[in-house]
Amino acid sequence: MRTDIILSGVGGQGILSIATIIGAAAIKEGLYIKQAEVHGMSQRGGDVQSNLRISSEPIASDLIPLGKADLIISLEPMEALRYLPYLRKEGWLITNTVPFVNIPNYPEETGLMDRIHSLSHSVSIDVDSIARSVASPRAANIVLLGAASPFLGIEVEKIEESIRTVFGRKGEAVVEMNQKAFRAGLEIAEQSIKK
Amino acid sequence: MGEKQLLLGDEAVALGAIHAGLSGVYAYPGTPSTEITEFIQNHPLAVERKIHSNWSSNEKTAMESALGMSYMGKRAMVCMKHVGMNVAADAFVNSAMTGTNGGLIVVVADDPSMHSSQNEQDSRFYGKFAMIPIFEPSSQQEAYRMMADAFDLSERYKVPVLMRMVTRMAHSRAVVKTGTIRDMNPMSYPSNPGDWVLMPAVARKRNVHLITMQQDFLEESEKSMYNKMEDGADTSLGIIACGIVYNYLMEHFKEGCPYPVLKVAQYPLPVKAIRQLAKRCDSLLVLEDGQPVVEEMIRGVLEQGIVVKGRLTGEVPRTGELTPDNIVAALGLKNEEVYPACELVVPRPPALCQGCGHRDMYGALNEVLREYENGRVFSDIGCYTLGFLPPYRAIHSVVDMGASITMAKGAADAGQFPSVAVIGDSTFTHSGMTGLLDAVNEQSNITILISDNLTTGMTGGQDSAGTGRLESICRGIGVKPEHIRVVVPLPKNMEEMKNMIREEINYQGVSVIIPRRECIQTARRHNKK
Ligand SMILES: Cc1ncc(C[n+]2csc(CCOP(=O)(O)OP(=O)(O)O)c2C)c(N)n1
Repeated sequence: MRTDIILSGVGGQGILSIATIIGAAAIKEGLYIKQAEVHGMSQRGGDVQSNLRISSEPIASDLIPLGKADLIISLEPMEALRYLPYLRKEGWLITNTVPFVNIPNYPEETGLMDRIHSLSHSVSIDVDSIARSVASPRAANIVLLGAASPFLGIEVEKIEESIRTVFGRKGEAVVEMNQKAFRAGLEIAEQSIKK
Repeated sequence: MGEKQLLLGDEAVALGAIHAGLSGVYAYPGTPSTEITEFIQNHPLAVERKIHSNWSSNEKTAMESALGMSYMGKRAMVCMKHVGMNVAADAFVNSAMTGTNGGLIVVVADDPSMHSSQNEQDSRFYGKFAMIPIFEPSSQQEAYRMMADAFDLSERYKVPVLMRMVTRMAHSRAVVKTGTIRDMNPMSYPSNPGDWVLMPAVARKRNVHLITMQQDFLEESEKSMYNKMEDGADTSLGIIACGIVYNYLMEHFKEGCPYPVLKVAQYPLPVKAIRQLAKRCDSLLVLEDGQPVVEEMIRGVLEQGIVVKGRLTGEVPRTGELTPDNIVAALGLKNEEVYPACELVVPRPPALCQGCGHRDMYGALNEVLREYENGRVFSDIGCYTLGFLPPYRAIHSVVDMGASITMAKGAADAGQFPSVAVIGDSTFTHSGMTGLLDAVNEQSNITILISDNLTTGMTGGQDSAGTGRLESICRGIGVKPEHIRVVVPLPKNMEEMKNMIREEINYQGVSVIIPRRECIQTARRHNKK
């Protein structure tokens, strides 16, 4: 197997926790992994992205080449589109629909959503309100991870286990909250795939 | 032994050093090098072994402290970002002249593409300049392993060794298999104490010694396991791929590269291997991150012999980090057709956090300066550099750490009024204090704002060397006590702040205003604890 993923969002939204959970699951499966992160300047409300590659074969580059990403997982709709040239034509784009507006010239929301829906494979969900209703607003990134989990090439159960590994230290309540968020996201993705 | 861990390149360097018997790391924070020291600060074995890991005031003090530890026979490491090398350079270059006792590794993280820096300088130049061996890992595993080898090499020849990282290596994770854990060195004095006094007579001797060792360093490179030749049938092109760029190359050739490839991860350049490659191939392509160091070295100045392609000839971009994509044309491959960039997407620049004290400081400063015809604000490096962007557009220069105070002084010497410096607390103690002494000595007509958020904010909130002592430092340097003024930068104190700035601008001489309020990011962390 081989899955190349671009994670994107705005600094502080929590893309690195998504990467950590997928990474922990991949290691447990004995897969190779490379994950290039962004630190520093761009964290202060700027755009952030991470390249995550998992594979059963050794991986050469830390960076994903143009047109080779199987997945874009984004916590913000404009940030999802920023990396479009990296997405394989048959790849999936999975994104939160809630804009993070911290710049004066943020584009029209409908235009962004039209563009996302025009792709052959996309899942777009309001992870913020789902997180609020089933768990906590803080778990929005985990809802998104749930929605992306059928596409990762790792069994969904293994990802769920990995949530326990990563959050276990913070206590059972935090684990459960995140698992709830995860399952809510997963359900929505499953509906989208059936469509 | 043989444990597997998912590590950043920076963390692999840190763990490699701990396992190789490190006794102390000395560093000043700087992206992308900061995580090396932070990893050591938090690692159980490092804590158990009492490995020194407190932050230094700047890169020069760090370099000198590490050299002092090496003098005592212990293994020491210095870490910094590439521009930190400019600050440490005097100590660095001369540490190659004194030589070392315990192993000494200087880790420098370069930032091609300037993700968070002011230039693209390539530290391999510094290594060559100081005439010492350089390592440049191509993977996290290699980074881990190189640390032990670099310490051994350093102790074998009694010279410092440079470990060159780039942003992508520093900030990318992969699984690292760890090796044996070595004891720390016991204390021991150098066997050659006279060599450590670089008076001209000694220095001349040391210089000859260092030059004599160049042949040994070359032989080390030539037999190094990190430099390897991989054969390829198509000799129309031979490729020299340095450090991480080797991976970008191999990304295109999963089944092996059709051209012969020389992977370089240890310097001086393995000359024999390069000559061999040149003899067999019709042309050479050099793939290296940063500046065209290797390309220039092998090209020389005469246009004869073999064609060498690279950054200088345009086959590879002249600036910016290399990626799997921008080396495609040089390899004679084609980029696949991909989705075009989405025209709706606009840039999202970083910004000062909502509620940050720097915002209130700039708000007040801007209003006061509007009362003058031609105010100039010389700023510095830190979060407050973002005051250049809208909505503040408050500053006129940012050059290197500490430059705000001395540039304001030079401008005032030239007749500028008001001449204002804006500097952060950590930057002030890094290299603003000496400039302040210059200003005090000449009674320069400048107003300095030390925007004190009680931390080193930009790099993630490390301790700041002068916290709690800024007023006494300024007083000690000679600023008149009545012109050292402290204010809490909050919207409700706007008038107080404005009056203070206005009064001090109108005072003929050096004044220091300290708007002081904790960084909201570190405050949030403190509250959680
Ligand atoms: C010579 C050098 N060393 C390190 C850095 C990295 N660096 C940039 S800003 C900064 C922190 C500045 O802290 P401070 O002056 O307190 O300002 P703050 O970010 O907290 O506002 C550091 C360490 C650099 N740019 N140059």
